[in-house]
Amino acid sequence: MYIYDQYDHEILRQRVAQFRDQTERYLAGDLSEAEFLPLRLQNGLYVQRLAPMLRINVPYGMLNSTQLRRLARIARDYDKGYCHVSTRQNIQYNWPALEQVPDILAELAEVEMHGTQSSGNCIRNVTSDQFAGVAPDEVVDPRPYCEIIRQWSSFHPEFAFLPRKFKIAVSGSQMDRAAIQVHDIGLQLVKNGAGAIGFKVLVGGGLGRTPVIGSVIREYLPQEHILTYLEAILRVYNLHGRRDNKYKARIKILVRAMGPENFAEAVEKEWEHLKDAPSTLRDEDIVRAKSYFTEPDYATLDDASAQAQLDQQAGENVPFSKWLMRNVRQHRVAGYASVTLSLKPTGIAPGDLTDAQLERIADLAERFSFGEVRTTHEQNVVLADVRKTDLLELWQAAKEAGFATPNIGTLTDIICCPGGDFCSLANAKSIPIAEAIQRQFTDLDYVYDLGDLDLNISGCMNACGHHHVGHIGVLGVDKKGQEFYQVMLGGNAGNEASLAKVLGPAFEAEQMPGVVQNLVNVYLENRTEEELFIDTYNRIGIAPFKERVYAKAS
Amino acid sequence: MPKLVKDGAIIDDTWTRLDKPEGDAAEVNVPAGQVIVPLSVWQAQREQLQARDDIGVWLDSDESAFDLGDDAKQLPLVAVNLPAFMDGRAFSTARLVRERFGFSGELRAVGSFIRDQMCYLSRCGVNAFRFDDETIDLEKAKQSLQDFTEFYQAGVDQQQPLFRRRA
Repeated sequence: MYIYDQYDHEILRQRVAQFRDQTERYLAGDLSEAEFLPLRLQNGLYVQRLAPMLRINVPYGMLNSTQLRRLARIARDYDKGYCHVSTRQNIQYNWPALEQVPDILAELAEVEMHGTQSSGNCIRNVTSDQFAGVAPDEVVDPRPYCEIIRQWSSFHPEFAFLPRKFKIAVSGSQMDRAAIQVHDIGLQLVKNGAGAIGFKVLVGGGLGRTPVIGSVIREYLPQEHILTYLEAILRVYNLHGRRDNKYKARIKILVRAMGPENFAEAVEKEWEHLKDAPSTLRDEDIVRAKSYFTEPDYATLDDASAQAQLDQQAGENVPFSKWLMRNVRQHRVAGYASVTLSLKPTGIAPGDLTDAQLERIADLAERFSFGEVRTTHEQNVVLADVRKTDLLELWQAAKEAGFATPNIGTLTDIICCPGGDFCSLANAKSIPIAEAIQRQFTDLDYVYDLGDLDLNISGCMNACGHHHVGHIGVLGVDKKGQEFYQVMLGGNAGNEASLAKVLGPAFEAEQMPGVVQNLVNVYLENRTEEELFIDTYNRIGIAPFKERVYAKAS
Repeated sequence: MPKLVKDGAIIDDTWTRLDKPEGDAAEVNVPAGQVIVPLSVWQAQREQLQARDDIGVWLDSDESAFDLGDDAKQLPLVAVNLPAFMDGRAFSTARLVRERFGFSGELRAVGSFIRDQMCYLSRCGVNAFRFDDETIDLEKAKQSLQDFTEFYQAGVDQQQPLFRRRA
């Protein structure tokens, strides 16, 4: 994990002092509402429906136990005792007082955390794969590059007032778990024929009201050029992105308007002047960044005997075996596994964590996973490095704390934004819809039989719940002051990224569990052996689903 | 006389800035003395204005550094306008004027920017700040130039990114 040196601490200290002064000037009336707005957003502070909302960055999802305990203390001392894991791997507080935000940021700075650029029209937190560094299918560990990009983008003087928000994701695995095709810039780490590391560069993807799959503008960019190349992309966007209409201001609209080829040409032309500037990474710079993401102190373990023991334990304990099946993944190091703690038990807002739970996770991380965890964009928490021989003990402890719901990747592992209960942008509530659907599918064996199925819910078209890339997507809409829900099918966030299509007219909240049940029934009746929901949908198309749902609903 | 912040000090603004002309830029009368003319006037009257050493040019947020190009080098002053403080194009334009076109004279931010942007603007090569709002307390505003004293990425003021300077 990256460790701050005196430079990082000094920069963050100055940032906190700057924001403290800005907040005081605002409260004293010296800074107008309009002027304070972008300044507070760039420190993570929104003004929301019921109270401000503070978004804390979790760069590439990594947290240590000290940070978790500090987040718990902040939840207790400054909030209502809980926080929320967002779909950008960040942590959000829903009830801080504006006057106290500088103090919260100071508390965070002590543990090397911040809310810098977690909102606003600037480069946002860089996200990645929660299994970075431990995934068996990894080509290159993305985290050192994420950190290099994080530093470059933090307080970037030229790109703090972009036409719109700007999101970068980096993936280093064969299987994309960072949704790089739906980011403003998606970076895929690759090795060329000679084994040299570089990036495939995608630009102009995104969700929101105009969902777009990103275009590849460069198949291979040698790693040393990443910062100057990003600089070229951002400069073209800053100068040419639309500023007359915020709904048309994202880079995806510019890339579309210019055409990806012309956009790529403009970037290359700009880059000619930036290439080989001092921001070009030297080998030693990359080595230094990588030195923070070396392996933890893994023991040399006998995988065969650990697996045999695990198989025996699983054979004797059905609930444990179910948890192993859904929440535990292969690790690239012998004798280890990665565990996802589910934040999706029925009846809890997806991604919510109490202060006590944060502290429990900190304890579990210390006991079982080298004191580190990762947040996921599916709103769960991962213990990445657990000994297989410890899994039973971890399961028991996780169960006690409420994190062992064995539903990762299933229909009830719902991605869900905070919706109308908290967010002032939302057109409709989303949390109660997630809960109602979870209650419809309480039979775990039934849910397992459905296999992997992504259900994503957003309370408005800003798409924080990523409804466009859910196999089943749900979008809250407002019709004359009443909340309705539009259903979409066929979205996919991984390598085979696709955008969901609207099924038909929207439904009332009470209808939603029944609608999802109908969709599932059509799948069950039509699937071939081994076929997942998305495969069946891709084979039979939307019509049979539409027919069933509207026949029953009318 | 109106004041501005230049190179960290508060001084009198001895320059007059001409608004964009409604009609033909070639017909605009550029008075004697230090005058900052709009890009269109510079382009239309380049021949005559080039002979003077007291002419500066200002670029609006939708005007490109490339439109002024190498002409920048012969001018004592170039200004970038922020019609609204959220319009961040001037940041890139300032860098281009400095870094692409090698301008070394006074690079001035004008318009509706806020003091909280001064530190970033200075990193983009701006060394003079003239607020449209003349009631702003420049003594206080000036302090914002010191918001940060250390930076991660390269800028006009510091060409070496932090990763090259770390001990």
